[in-house]
Amino acid sequence: MLSIKNLKAGIADKEILKGFNLEVKAGEVHAIMGPNGSGKSTLASVLAGREDYAVTEGAVQFNGKDLLDLSPEDRAREGLFLAFQYPVEIPGVSNINFLKTAIAEIRKYRGLPPMEAKDFLKLVKEKQALVELQVTLANRSVNEGFSGGEKKRNEIFQMAVLEPCLAILDETDSGLDIDALRIVANGVNKLRSENRSFVVITHYQRLLEYIVPDFVHVMYDGKIVKSGPKELALELEAKGYDWIKKELGDVIEA
Amino acid sequence: MAKENEILEEITGSEYKYGFSSDIETETAPKGLNEDIVRFISKKKNEPDWMLESRLKAYRYWLTLEEPRHWAHIEYPAIDFQDIIYYAAPKKIKELTSLDEVDPELLRTFEKLGISLEEQKRLSGVQSNIAVDAVIDSVSVKTTFKETLAEKGIIFCSFSEAVQEHPELIKKFMGSVVPYTDNYYAALNAAVFSDGSFCYIPKGVRCPMELSTYFRINTLGTGQFERTLLVADEGSYVSYLEGCTAPMRDENQLHAAVVEIIAHKNAEVKYSTVQNWYPGNKEGKGGIYNFVTKRGICLGDNSKISWTQVETGSAITWKYPSVILKGNHSIGEFYSVAVTNNRQQADTGTKMTHLGKNTRSTIVSKGISAGFSNNSYRGLVRIAKGASNARNHSQCDSLLMGDKCGAHTFPYIEIKDKSAIVEHEATTSKISEDQVFYCKQRGIDAEKAVALIVNGYCKEVLNQLPMEFAVEAQKLLAVSLEGSVG
Ligand SMILES: Nc1ncnc2c1ncn2[C@@H]1O[C@H](COP(=O)(O)OP(=O)(O)OP(=O)(O)O)[C@@H](O)[C@H]1O
Ligand SMILES: [Mg+2]
Repeated sequence: MLSIKNLKAGIADKEILKGFNLEVKAGEVHAIMGPNGSGKSTLASVLAGREDYAVTEGAVQFNGKDLLDLSPEDRAREGLFLAFQYPVEIPGVSNINFLKTAIAEIRKYRGLPPMEAKDFLKLVKEKQALVELQVTLANRSVNEGFSGGEKKRNEIFQMAVLEPCLAILDETDSGLDIDALRIVANGVNKLRSENRSFVVITHYQRLLEYIVPDFVHVMYDGKIVKSGPKELALELEAKGYDWIKKELGDVIEA
Repeated sequence: MAKENEILEEITGSEYKYGFSSDIETETAPKGLNEDIVRFISKKKNEPDWMLESRLKAYRYWLTLEEPRHWAHIEYPAIDFQDIIYYAAPKKIKELTSLDEVDPELLRTFEKLGISLEEQKRLSGVQSNIAVDAVIDSVSVKTTFKETLAEKGIIFCSFSEAVQEHPELIKKFMGSVVPYTDNYYAALNAAVFSDGSFCYIPKGVRCPMELSTYFRINTLGTGQFERTLLVADEGSYVSYLEGCTAPMRDENQLHAAVVEIIAHKNAEVKYSTVQNWYPGNKEGKGGIYNFVTKRGICLGDNSKISWTQVETGSAITWKYPSVILKGNHSIGEFYSVAVTNNRQQADTGTKMTHLGKNTRSTIVSKGISAGFSNNSYRGLVRIAKGASNARNHSQCDSLLMGDKCGAHTFPYIEIKDKSAIVEHEATTSKISEDQVFYCKQRGIDAEKAVALIVNGYCKEVLNQLPMEFAVEAQKLLAVSLEGSVG
């Protein structure tokens, strides 16, 4: 599904991703953890095609295509979804209209006929229930005046409607209250399937109790420095990142 | 940001869709303006003497005036008023009883513009249940649904016809809101006005359909000087729409219209405009100079006049649809979206004059500037002495796309009554790169993203438009801004 090889990217002359490697197979859930500033959001942005970042080295394959060759919108149309750490507001554009436009564009790209209005409404209703999003939120302008938690939930709602094959969730859990966290995690779990993969960026083991990952990776200074099974998250929670830094230091010193 | 501007420039390159000209046999007056031309126009229209006299009076007054060139935030070479044709009419129309007599090329022209002159027919969405008065150059070609409306006592016809058929109404109301002495272009219009629409809604009648006038400039070198007069009698209601287009030409053409609205006690008039005159090319060559005086008076208590305009066309727009709030408890509204792209210039806004007690006015102006254009809001809120408890709320937002365009706000406030409450809010924003990227990440390309964001930005105004028009306006906004993503 997604294969990232030796990815180096940065801004101006600052390198942020410093040789990042990751293989995500269909159906897998990968968690990426790591201290602030280690480059997690940058990774998400580079994968989504944000033009601010320059890729200087490496290759990314997505469903057999060269991802870095595609425009941001084509990446989305190919089935890549990013739940933003900080979703933006688009005043005056209703969520529903926004999603309708997105679906129309995605379907056009895939050579599918436009979706019938009633099918679209059905889809929206169904997904709204899935993430327990209030009807009023769905009808309001995209993220305008939403609370932090509502914005995050709206990201998951959009994901549910767009049905991507790869979803990157950038700290979707931060800012969520306990109930919302459970709801969002449930939503994600219901969308898990053998041909849909997730990359879940988080700081907290708690989320991973709900969305149980197949792998946990620790990102530090622009690359993955440790990978392991889901238990790794527990260990990180208990010990913090210092022991990893120490391990790394030992390696560098040795 | 550099990137932002790059995308912006890329998308500012669309073609004007209505730029074709039609080969219609036309009769024109000789170029230039003098008393003979005024007489010529009046004669062509077979006008009574009083009308001719009123034209001549206006003309003589106009001669004493100087072209106003300095106060508005617009720049253009002085207009040569002797280089304009003041009358042009398709030859084959006289008294039309059926459409069969109309030059088929003319019908095709309107069909191409999405306007059907056949009452049963629906074209590209603009008119489903809408009565149309179609005006080409100096004359009205056809007014639809006249009979249906007449059953309710509603008069909807061309201005020329009204002069013949309803002289008492014209005498009473024409110039009562915009006298010929009002300004330079109002004087010019009163002298040489060609055609336009007249509408009278009798007491207590709610007009069962949207009324609309579609203005088309076709002939090279002509100016269009239409005049529209709407009179809503006590307790009546009407929603009126106005649309306009012109061919693409290298030269500038002048359009100087006057619109007057009179709302009697408890009457309500909604006047919506989608102005899409040819804006000129990317370098600013050609395009319509749109100098328009629009004003309504809330004459009776509890009356209401609401202006909604979506201005995307014209090389220059100079226009301030205004309301005089004379009746107590009367309401004036102005909702405006003005888009300028490339080298377009717009200086537009409104005047709300509060005379009656407990009067209210609302102003919502959304300016969008792209390319090298200049977009100014100019508004005046005047609360006269004795207009107790008057309220105004003004909201003027500017959206800038790129860094080569300009947005300006000139809000003037004159308060002579202490009980007034006047609020003014203004914002200037840019479409953020983050918003565009967010859309792209959902599969929406930059161009569509901008259209979406701009439509969202204008929503408050677009919501005021009747459905069919709103859809058209949305499309128009997208087209006008093609090539200007930020
Ligand atoms: N646009 C930018 N301009 C300048 N520096 C940037 C930019 N984007 C990222 N950086 C820097 O790159 C580093 C990685 O940032 P990034 O946001 O990817 O970290 P993160 O791992 O997501 O952190 P957090 O856990 O706090 O969300 C940081 O030092 C950040 O300041
Ligand atoms: Mg981050």
